Amino acid sequence: MTGIIDYGVGNLFSLKSSFAAIGEECVVSGEADTIRKADRLILPGVGAFEDAAEKLRSSGLFELLLEEAGRGKPLLGICLGMQLLFEKSFEYGEHAGLGLIPGSVEPIADLIAPGLKIPHIGWNALRFTRDSELFRGVEEGSHVYFVHSYHAAHCEGYVTSVTDYGGTLTASVQRENVLGCQFHPEKSGAVGLRILKNFTDL
Amino acid sequence: MITKRIIPCLDVRNGRVVKGVNFEGLSDVSSPVELARYYSASGADELVFYDITASAEGRRLFADVLTEAASQVFIPLTVGGGINSLEDFDRVLKCGADKVSVNSGALRDPSLIERAAKRYGSQCVVISADVKRVNGVFTVFARGGRDNTGLEAVGWIRRCVESGAGEVVLNSIDTDGVRGGFDLEMLRAVSEAVSVPVIASGGAGSVQDFVTLFKTLPRVDAGLAASILHFGEVTVADIKKALRAEGILVRI
Repeated sequence: MTGIIDYGVGNLFSLKSSFAAIGEECVVSGEADTIRKADRLILPGVGAFEDAAEKLRSSGLFELLLEEAGRGKPLLGICLGMQLLFEKSFEYGEHAGLGLIPGSVEPIADLIAPGLKIPHIGWNALRFTRDSELFRGVEEGSHVYFVHSYHAAHCEGYVTSVTDYGGTLTASVQRENVLGCQFHPEKSGAVGLRILKNFTDL
Repeated sequence: MITKRIIPCLDVRNGRVVKGVNFEGLSDVSSPVELARYYSASGADELVFYDITASAEGRRLFADVLTEAASQVFIPLTVGGGINSLEDFDRVLKCGADKVSVNSGALRDPSLIERAAKRYGSQCVVISADVKRVNGVFTVFARGGRDNTGLEAVGWIRRCVESGAGEVVLNSIDTDGVRGGFDLEMLRAVSEAVSVPVIASGGAGSVQDFVTLFKTLPRVDAGLAASILHFGEVTVADIKKALRAEGILVRI
């Protein structure tokens, strides 16, 4: 059973439907007991970092996620959920994240070619930089759907795939049982469903 | 590098897909859920569901159809039509929409875009504009192309983007339904004026029209099409194959 963390950030409809489509059980919850019972966890998220981090703290989920990940439970952060795994973000100021993966979240504007549109919205290709169980059966160059203006930086040892957008953007990361993808697997067609399925095998 | 997107657009009335020719003479084509599944499987990068229903009953049917499509199709879904308030945003986002497109609602209340962007994020808010030349000036029309607002289009769209719209759908009434190609002149004016993605709509009649669109205007991010795809004359795969042959990046 996969627990999808509900902390009032983002639309969980597609993620829930994706699990039905791959024939895997999931529960959407913000309750500590339910989250503790889950075999693995997904931290979704859309919107601003500061607001999301604050919601995790005020709901007590911040500590709970640290505990659960610390016990070795697989945790997958998606989009903003992935960014929250890092030590800090420079989105509108400087804000602390969960610190489960060393590195920081920085504006893509600093590294992409001038004239390119921000946010980076649309389908872009994955280039693998390290083996990850998440990409078993996924071909190099597969396209996935991105919507973001910030990305994870200074986390070189943990990057499992990147994507090119007038510069190299971090597409996914993994540090042992803690994983993250900047793209939306639940919006990335058959490739995305495969990635979610791979996660449920962890 | 990011790929150009091909986006089928499904106009839905009372739970069925229809397509207007110059916004008049609607004809029933097929089931929205079937079409959504078919398009997703054939390589569509995104889908737009446009609710052209006026009645409460039609709204309910639309919600059912959207919910069903969103639970079977795992590509981004944009919903438009009848979006006049944050409650309308909420209503369609709950049914599984990823982005919400605002047209007449923003003309009636320009603060809607800013309020929606604040609550749901810019990535969720799409400004859709129906534009027609009036005495040589690109002019915004409301209510499905029926009312001339007198607003100059490029300025209006730029203001919407400044208020927080994260994408622009530009529908040229002059080329819509004519199937003679996209309105390159109008698209150029808008895509040069804004920094967010611009989606071309109105006029797709052949595979070549998409090639011409992206070759001529590299700043345009996506092409929308309805009737050309619904009647099966051309498939999304045909379009993408032709684009790739011309060196334009697509997801295949």
